[in-house]
Amino acid sequence: MREVYFDYGAANPLGPEVVEAMIPYLKEQFGNPLSVHRFGDAPRQAVEDAREKVAALIGARSNEIYFVASGSEANNLAVKGIALMNRKRGKHIVVSAIEHLSVINATQTMEKLGFEVTRVPVDKYGQVDPADVSTALREDTTLVSIMHANSEIGTIQPIAEIAKVVKDESKAYFHTDAVATVGTIRVDVKELGVSLLSLAGNQFYGPKGTGALYIKRATRIMPLIDGGVQEAGRRAGTENVPAIVGLGVAADLAKGDVQDRMAQLVPLRARLIERLTKEIDHVYLTGHPTERLPGHVSVVVEYIEGEAMLLLLNMQGVAASSGSTCTSRALKGSHVLTAIGIEPGLANGSLVLTLGRESTVEDVDYFAEVFPPIVERLRQMSPLYEEA
Amino acid sequence: MPAYSEKVMDHFMNPRNVGEIPDADGVGNVGNPVCGDMMAFYIKVDDGRLSDVKFKTFGCGAAIAVSSMVSEMAKGKTLEEAKRITNADVAEGLDGLPKNKLHCSNLGADALRKAIEDYESRSLEA
Repeated sequence: MREVYFDYGAANPLGPEVVEAMIPYLKEQFGNPLSVHRFGDAPRQAVEDAREKVAALIGARSNEIYFVASGSEANNLAVKGIALMNRKRGKHIVVSAIEHLSVINATQTMEKLGFEVTRVPVDKYGQVDPADVSTALREDTTLVSIMHANSEIGTIQPIAEIAKVVKDESKAYFHTDAVATVGTIRVDVKELGVSLLSLAGNQFYGPKGTGALYIKRATRIMPLIDGGVQEAGRRAGTENVPAIVGLGVAADLAKGDVQDRMAQLVPLRARLIERLTKEIDHVYLTGHPTERLPGHVSVVVEYIEGEAMLLLLNMQGVAASSGSTCTSRALKGSHVLTAIGIEPGLANGSLVLTLGRESTVEDVDYFAEVFPPIVERLRQMSPLYEEA
Repeated sequence: MPAYSEKVMDHFMNPRNVGEIPDADGVGNVGNPVCGDMMAFYIKVDDGRLSDVKFKTFGCGAAIAVSSMVSEMAKGKTLEEAKRITNADVAEGLDGLPKNKLHCSNLGADALRKAIEDYESRSLEA
């Protein structure tokens, strides 16, 4: 048996440099960055160093980076903070149909508060057509939020094109949820043309519990968390110094490494997709075949269910994920698979494999070896499967 | 893993009575792939007892374990006894199910009941 971790989308192992850098701030450098006395000095400097590193990774200025506790928080701050701050100008928000639940549910909350939300459809690969965004824009649109890449189907959006449409045809702010892309593919806020951008540490070998929202200078936003003066008054709460330090180091390591990361992952992705779709029948790739995250493979396996696959894979040493209804604690089907037109029964056969820097060809080949018997076994049990 | 008991994992990894009965005396279908769980139960009845029970299931670990447990509990019972098997019995037999999986135990008991009802309505027609 072989231990194979194909769930980098959920969590990443921390690099040793990241862990090393965090330790002093868990031990002797325990001070609060706001303290006037000497115990605040190193923590305060460490937070600012991390801020510079995160800024450098995405081509932003240091004072445009606001630390939060997660990608979901960054998304909530962007959606609610911009919508509420600009409510006198308008109450219309535009998002795609496949945004992360933190964006989707935040917009639902805004609807309860009297805002209107237009959800732009996607094509069968999950891509947004800038023309559809154009159609959705109104005089009273204050925010457009379209994710850079989707973590369930891997599809990367034409953000720069969409940003241009938003800029030319409206007065709305443009936010992108880049949680799945920062540290994995090239992300530059000027190239993308966004006013706001979300990122999360646990997606690029940093610790959990950290993220950041890039807010372009001169963009006003209503804070979610009121209180003290941290993050220039935009996000109160004593900083999680060790985690922020870890985030900074992870960002620093990612900068300049993205090309190599992609070079390592793309061939593995290709091999895994090839073997999966060629060696097992009735298995279909979801998401765009080429415009997708470098280490991301998502399929739907006909006639069987996702959680059952994950349990059997786990028994064989393979860690993977799924978008099936049964896998979701809330027992909700995947809105992403629905949006790309996968019928619900087939969507329940969802399997999501996300590779990372320790993934190897041997891992891919081992997976390709153990998975077909699992599929066969579950199909034998299934009332939907009839052997040809 | 979701908080599955050892019994659930055993029934999931080694499900009892998987299969079809081509000349079944009763068939019960419940659920559908849309909701994520679908069970088909097949029964053979001799002298008022379930002499054979088989199932096919599309669903998660809990769904498969429930189907297996139901089939085991039902085999050999009289029709009346089998009809009285409740989802609570099934969940108990499995040493409990996570809260969000309890609906699977409903499905299993329902599928069995439907198979028995199918048998009974066929006998009425005969």
